[in-house]
Amino acid sequence: MLEFLNPPFMQRALIAAVLVGITAPAIGIYLVQRRQALMGDGIGHVAMTGVGLGFLLSTNPVWMATLVAVAGSVVMELIRWYGRTRGDIALAMLFYGGMAGGVMLINLSDTGSNANLTSFLFGSLSTVSEEDVTAIVVLAAFVVLVTVGLRRQLFAVSQDEEFARVTGLPVRVLNLLVAVTAAVTVTVAMRVVGLLLVSALMVVPVAAAQQISKSFKVTFVLAVVIGTAVTLAGTVTSYYQDVPPGATIVLLAIGAFVVLTALATPLARRRARGSMREAERCTLEVPAARRAKDDVQV
Amino acid sequence: MPESSTPEPVISMRGATATLGARPVLRGVDLTVHRGEVVALLGANGSGKSTAVRSVIGQVPLTGGTVELFGTPLRRFRQWARVGYVPQRTTAAGGVPATIREVVSSGRLSRTKLGLPGRADREAVDRAIELVGLTDRAKDSVNALSGGQHQRVLIARALASEPEVLIMDEPMAGVDLASQEILATTLREQVAGGATVLLVLHELGALEPLIDRAIVLRDGCVMHDGPPPEAMGQHALPGHDHVHPHAASEPVRTGLLS
Ligand SMILES: Nc1ncnc2c1ncn2[C@@H]1O[C@H](COP(=O)(O)OP(=O)(O)OP(=O)(O)O)[C@@H](O)[C@H]1O
Ligand SMILES: [Mg+2]
Repeated sequence: MLEFLNPPFMQRALIAAVLVGITAPAIGIYLVQRRQALMGDGIGHVAMTGVGLGFLLSTNPVWMATLVAVAGSVVMELIRWYGRTRGDIALAMLFYGGMAGGVMLINLSDTGSNANLTSFLFGSLSTVSEEDVTAIVVLAAFVVLVTVGLRRQLFAVSQDEEFARVTGLPVRVLNLLVAVTAAVTVTVAMRVVGLLLVSALMVVPVAAAQQISKSFKVTFVLAVVIGTAVTLAGTVTSYYQDVPPGATIVLLAIGAFVVLTALATPLARRRARGSMREAERCTLEVPAARRAKDDVQV
Repeated sequence: MPESSTPEPVISMRGATATLGARPVLRGVDLTVHRGEVVALLGANGSGKSTAVRSVIGQVPLTGGTVELFGTPLRRFRQWARVGYVPQRTTAAGGVPATIREVVSSGRLSRTKLGLPGRADREAVDRAIELVGLTDRAKDSVNALSGGQHQRVLIARALASEPEVLIMDEPMAGVDLASQEILATTLREQVAGGATVLLVLHELGALEPLIDRAIVLRDGCVMHDGPPPEAMGQHALPGHDHVHPHAASEPVRTGLLS
């Protein structure tokens, strides 16, 4: 029945999938809150150079990608601080330079091939190694620690940066931490969803969750639940159907978004009816309305 | 006079100059607020009120002059829990839903910092929400509030840290008279409890009886510093007859969007 649990590569892939499902929305919610939803995408591009370096130096690409992605995210944060005016041009250089550099490096290395490249861009189940799982577990633990442990502080900074500065929070450090954590999440997710679709898993579950929630807390929990559900479902589907896991997962997440959006309106209406218990129509008697009695039979 | 009762002023700004985008916005502003005083900062749109207030809390770099909070130069000031700040309202809510309670709680971070909130902290948050009359809506999303209600949330957020000085940028903008009365009462209680207040206003409105002193800005200079102007129609303010060509076209930047 649960035959997909038998092959060791699937066990590894499922562990990675669950961790991706938890971490990507967990950091993604702060990116969405500060309207930097596409930041993950940029970091994904930059991480490609790390993957290329990993192949060229014959070290584990996950660690190398983490290193380069973190460096890239720090640079992005610095550009945000100092380079207000030309910022987006500088970011474009960083993103596309990172992607091009990665493709070039993989081609230069002996071990890297186009198949390898594709597996990093779009994710693949069979290539998640023991070593990768170890790296993913360690990195995911860091992401959970930051996103859950510092949720109040990160919420404040993402909601209203100026106010957060006036409360005396170390806003720059926290911003940097968000950027670095997003970079780490990209490399956690890279093996399963692929670098090009990482950002989708940071954003879509959050967007889906906020259709039916009123609070940050519920949005957070719901987004993680949705994220985990779609990564697991997508991984299992791609085992049986031989479809790419990354694309399956992202399509499932978008499906969840559509379903929740469709549910949102009736749900909100029912909730309003349940909680308010107020008459749906005005009950106050307006003097002017009374006078109309002469003309109209009420 | 409050001056004689305390040695150092709560807010002391001397000869402040500030430039925004190559425009001199403050041109030598002196602004002093003593303990227990309620000072209104008045002036036409674009006269530099928000800039003055934001440089008091270190959010606009000064090109000249000094600022001291509680006698400590701003650069070395760290006791932010003593300061409650209400920014000029913007339409910007975050990209994710958040309840009133969640937003107000972030005002308490100046006390809890990186630690966990305790019972006293949660009670302070509840009290702040109660003070602005939003207790029954505490679990509602701030996105579902009207402009005036949103303003009250921002005030509650500033009150959550139980600050000694409240610095408020147009707290009454878009707030109806009934709510202004609630806020005036709230403010009166804060002042009775020893709080100091600096607020930017366009009309004294319901707050008029509370105001000890008014400072009027015009084009980045102090025009008046003394008792609040008598006839409190907007038109009584100096600078109101003055046309600011830039006032309407420049969006107010509070940092919420950047
Ligand atoms: N970020 C900015 N860059 C350039 N100029 C700015 C910036 N922010 C404000 N200004 C200018 O500085 C001047 C003072 O602005 P400020 O926001 O302090 O005015 P204000 O008195 O608060 O006006 P209002 O009553 O409209 O709130 C205005 O002329 C405005 O155009
Ligand atoms: Mg202003």
